[in-house]
Amino acid sequence: MSAVYLPIFVMLLFSGALAGGMLLFSMPFGPYNPTRVKSEPFECGCRSIGPNRVRFSAQFYILAILLVVFDIEAAFMFPWAVLFSKLGLAGFIEMLVFIGVLVLGFVYLWRSGGLDALDK
Amino acid sequence: MSELFTFIQGRWDPAVTYPQIVWPALVVAYGVFAVTFASLFAGITSWYERRVAGRMQCRIGPNRVGPQGVLQWLADGFKAFLKEDLVPKEADGILYRIAPYPVFVGVFCTWVILPYAPAVVGADLNVGVVFLMAITALVVAGIIMGGWASNSKWALLGGVRSAAQMVSYEIPVGFALLTAVIPAGTLSLQGIIAAQGGAPWNWMVFHSPATFIAFFVYFTAALAEGNRTPFDLPEAESELVAGYNTEYSGMRFIWFFFAEWANLYVIGAVVAAVFLGGWRLPGVGIEQQAASLWLQFAGACLFVLKALVLVNVIIWLRWTLPRLRVDQLMIMCWKYLVPAGMVLVVVAVFWVFVERGMPGFARWVAFLLCATGFFLVGLMFWRAWYNIKYGGDRLYLKFMV
Repeated sequence: MSAVYLPIFVMLLFSGALAGGMLLFSMPFGPYNPTRVKSEPFECGCRSIGPNRVRFSAQFYILAILLVVFDIEAAFMFPWAVLFSKLGLAGFIEMLVFIGVLVLGFVYLWRSGGLDALDK
Repeated sequence: MSELFTFIQGRWDPAVTYPQIVWPALVVAYGVFAVTFASLFAGITSWYERRVAGRMQCRIGPNRVGPQGVLQWLADGFKAFLKEDLVPKEADGILYRIAPYPVFVGVFCTWVILPYAPAVVGADLNVGVVFLMAITALVVAGIIMGGWASNSKWALLGGVRSAAQMVSYEIPVGFALLTAVIPAGTLSLQGIIAAQGGAPWNWMVFHSPATFIAFFVYFTAALAEGNRTPFDLPEAESELVAGYNTEYSGMRFIWFFFAEWANLYVIGAVVAAVFLGGWRLPGVGIEQQAASLWLQFAGACLFVLKALVLVNVIIWLRWTLPRLRVDQLMIMCWKYLVPAGMVLVVVAVFWVFVERGMPGFARWVAFLLCATGFFLVGLMFWRAWYNIKYGGDRLYLKFMV
């Protein structure tokens, strides 16, 4: 069955080769003359003030953690969805409990303001 | 032809069906075909979209290079070829240089599972839908890499915004696909297509109220995941210069956009396969279609046509809707689409029992939903016609300019 996965590796190779090959191919054509001004970070025409690795809102991390929670939960639901017709009513009730726990967490998240992350 | 049928059911092993040399050769041929298809599609769409945008904004658009400007994308490519590939001095050189690759590869690799006909598909993975979500997650990695490595405030903000948006909208995408997977009972795209029928009322979108709404949830979330308007905040020119690709130039800059345009076809093809019947022809069984080369070809044409219609809708939306604010974007995902997705999954499961208990009722609901869907499309066209006729909108329906 592993032969089914061969096209993925071929496609990874081909698309990577296309991107890299075109970049290599374009190298001799373009000029390469990095001056001081050109190498500066872009700042709408004025001098860049302060460090460029600026701090960004920690709320982005909350979003990232939420993704992990909800995506892993989706990963559990996919195999269940495939086998659902074989699991019957018992599987349905168990998954309802699973989704129920998740919804409780979601409601807590909503009430505690975690979803208003970027609402500013 | 029974081997083709088992192929559709996801129980097909190429190593058994084909001799050891033929299968790798077929795979390489498919790889060449897919890379060419994706590149041509991305290139031509870049021209087509600007052309459509021109017509929608009462201007002409690119029409100089080649007949009707159809070779504009080649000219743009050559121009990018002759540009300096600049790496800012304080940028993280390695990350900056490799950032376009995950974006490019992540979009192009989805071509492996996009089906065309019963026997024409790169790999009919039994985890197709999960593979789709997994490989497109590479795009997020590439964008946040590029945004951070650029050492520019605009690129950093654009990259972080983009990552937040794409990971958030991955959840509604998952739920909406799950809603379609439950009635189909398989994750393979070919299997999901095989579970549908050729006639519109047998499509997955009209299968139950849950899938009907899931269609819209998926389409919205896929637009946001692909950074398309009205969700193109990562590249909001008016606030972020250009977003995560601010510092990029030359071919590396082109690859980001190449991937974005190629992604249009991915969205269209996945919606067509999962919700709109894929390559199924009305009144033709799967085995019958798999047995005939012509029917396969017709199915492939129908599939690509459905995908292209959806691509047109996406382009049309881009030049119609204004951009959302960043907080509206997040609220839309977390407070509307995610809860909707949870409810949809439960309703979809409930509908499986309804189908078993009352097949007649389920059938009538499918007909009703189908009629509703076509009524809505018809209503839209009627409104457009009405506005043109009575609203005083002046329209120059000259095809060539």
